[in-house]
Amino acid sequence: MNTAFLGMPSFPRNAEKALRDSQLRFNLRKATHTIRARRGAVVAELADWPELRAAGRAIKDDVLCNLDRYLLQAEEAVTRAGGKVHWASDAAEADRIVTDLVKATGETRVMKVKSMATQEIGLNEALEREGVTAYETDLAELIVQLGDDWPSHILVPAIHRNRSEIREIFLEHMAQWGRPAPDDLADDPRTLAEAARLHLRERFLSTNVGISGANFLIAETGTLVVLESEGNGRMCLTLPRTLISVVGIEKILPTWRDLEVFLQLLPRSSTGERMNPYTSMWTGATEGQEFHLVLLDNGRTTVLADEIGRQALRCIRCSACLNVCPVYERVGGHAYGSVYPGPIGAILTPQLRGMASELDASLPYASSLCGACYDVCPVAIDIPEVLVHMRSKAPHAPAERFGLGAAGWVLDRPVRLRGAQRVAGRLRGLVPKSHLPGPGAAWTATRDVPDVPAESFRDWWRRTQKGDERVGRPDHSESSEEVGGELA
Amino acid sequence: MSSREAILARIRSAVAGAPAVEVSRGYRPVRSEPGSADLFAERVRDYRAVVRAVPESEVAAAVAAALAERGVRRLVVPEELPGGWLDAVPAEVEPLRDEPPLTAAELDRADGVVTGCAVAIAETGTIVLDAGPGQGRRALTLVPDYHLCVVRADQIVPGVPEAVARLDPARPMTWISGPSATSDIELNRVEGVHGPRTLEVVIAL
Repeated sequence: MNTAFLGMPSFPRNAEKALRDSQLRFNLRKATHTIRARRGAVVAELADWPELRAAGRAIKDDVLCNLDRYLLQAEEAVTRAGGKVHWASDAAEADRIVTDLVKATGETRVMKVKSMATQEIGLNEALEREGVTAYETDLAELIVQLGDDWPSHILVPAIHRNRSEIREIFLEHMAQWGRPAPDDLADDPRTLAEAARLHLRERFLSTNVGISGANFLIAETGTLVVLESEGNGRMCLTLPRTLISVVGIEKILPTWRDLEVFLQLLPRSSTGERMNPYTSMWTGATEGQEFHLVLLDNGRTTVLADEIGRQALRCIRCSACLNVCPVYERVGGHAYGSVYPGPIGAILTPQLRGMASELDASLPYASSLCGACYDVCPVAIDIPEVLVHMRSKAPHAPAERFGLGAAGWVLDRPVRLRGAQRVAGRLRGLVPKSHLPGPGAAWTATRDVPDVPAESFRDWWRRTQKGDERVGRPDHSESSEEVGGELA
Repeated sequence: MSSREAILARIRSAVAGAPAVEVSRGYRPVRSEPGSADLFAERVRDYRAVVRAVPESEVAAAVAAALAERGVRRLVVPEELPGGWLDAVPAEVEPLRDEPPLTAAELDRADGVVTGCAVAIAETGTIVLDAGPGQGRRALTLVPDYHLCVVRADQIVPGVPEAVARLDPARPMTWISGPSATSDIELNRVEGVHGPRTLEVVIAL
């Protein structure tokens, strides 16, 4: 795992800080609302969206159930087509494989297509340690790299930056990485995109090693698929003599035909387009290139072993769940302390990294469980279900465990609840009005203590209405009490 | 144990006993009718690409007109481009053949490239190149700033499933939907980044 996020405070503390940044909130709101509307419009165009979504989900579930078989099939197909396949158990091994491959070429510069997998393994930093400079070429990644910043969104890593901030970053930092930005740089998106084009042009034409991830790996044919918009992906995939692709083992699709589903689901969910501008597909060593495929586990097989949690591996990294999430919209991606932010990050990160750190243990709580993420997910990952599941697995403080245990005991029998309510009613004068003491303080930090009533509804009913035929259901009043305390 | 064996072993133990999954494909199946040239033109225009739809006999004139408007002087011409397409192009336009292969720098100095395609998708306004005749290797349509693509009406299919069914995964492919673009700045779509900033399509009806 990328060590950059180690030691970050918990999500609530990160969120508190982010919420004070009104510029960030404004940028995020504008961007997420724009893309939400676009996604909604193009998804509505397809009458068979629910069926596509169901098929996408089932295809991915089949992949997960038979992953060993599909990986071997893919390995054979890629090898047959002249590619070399490497297997990496963890980030360190993947970094070492890629670094060795790059060093074998004798090059000290590589260019990269935006890739979540290589961010996850901290590849740029690993290359840097070995004296290799990795140049990010996606516009948003470039903004992040130039600004020495962290990505905050899966699709648009610089979503937290607005145009004038981007202009400042270009003016200040482009010169250190290559061709400087023009002094009279304006801040309209067209001019900024043009500045990126000029800055990277020579790099594209002269760099001999490209590094990418992939959106899909077709087991049957060994074909790799990369979706992108700008053409930087095509540059990195096509022009270098050596191409190295780092691909998570869950990126498999069984058959070529399966692309008919995913090439409809992904662009519409992610950029809200009918189709993204460029999709590259290649099989093995292509057009004279040397091709290496690095298959990455890095915690994925641990996720796979969790029957409820494994659905997170269906994710195709579209980021639709980020764009609709009320929590993400307000706090942004950095608070999640992972390359995978937002709702999917809240279930993926603690599964990939474990919940030993304060941050990772807090991520399953970074949600109101509203379910908007599940609704838009093109492969129907029930994110709220996994969040609740992860909460049950997260470490809990002794006071919380004791409190919940006591509540469980009381609520288990109507007679216990009735007794507890009567005791609480008598002692109500002793309950503090605003802040609870001890472990309860955390709960009342953001809530008022509710008034404890003098008597429960049931006691009041029994006292005032007993035997009155016109109200209620006296015949059932005793038996309904047996069912539970929901009226009390 | 190698990492390969370790990963495979972990997978097998993780999913042991998981029930088999039935994949039901209830979505719209592959259609046999041709794709609509009108819808294709409309969808390509949505990406702010220029589209000219002309009868087959007028393709050469449309290509010449497009190149003249753009002011193309050095034109990359892939192998096996249907001969007639360049018949009306004036002699001062210099054709750059990819034999021997053009270097990236040479491609960068070209004013544009003209190609055919393998398949086109009406619903999404997509052109698919598969390095077949008249398309060339992938870099030819990437480095020059202007791409003129001739699409025959019979190459247009209705949607994505029909295109996938027609294509051969063993070939290197580029699916192109409009000029290069980015939404990375405030999620506003801007056309023209690293790939060709101008895409022009001639539909031969």
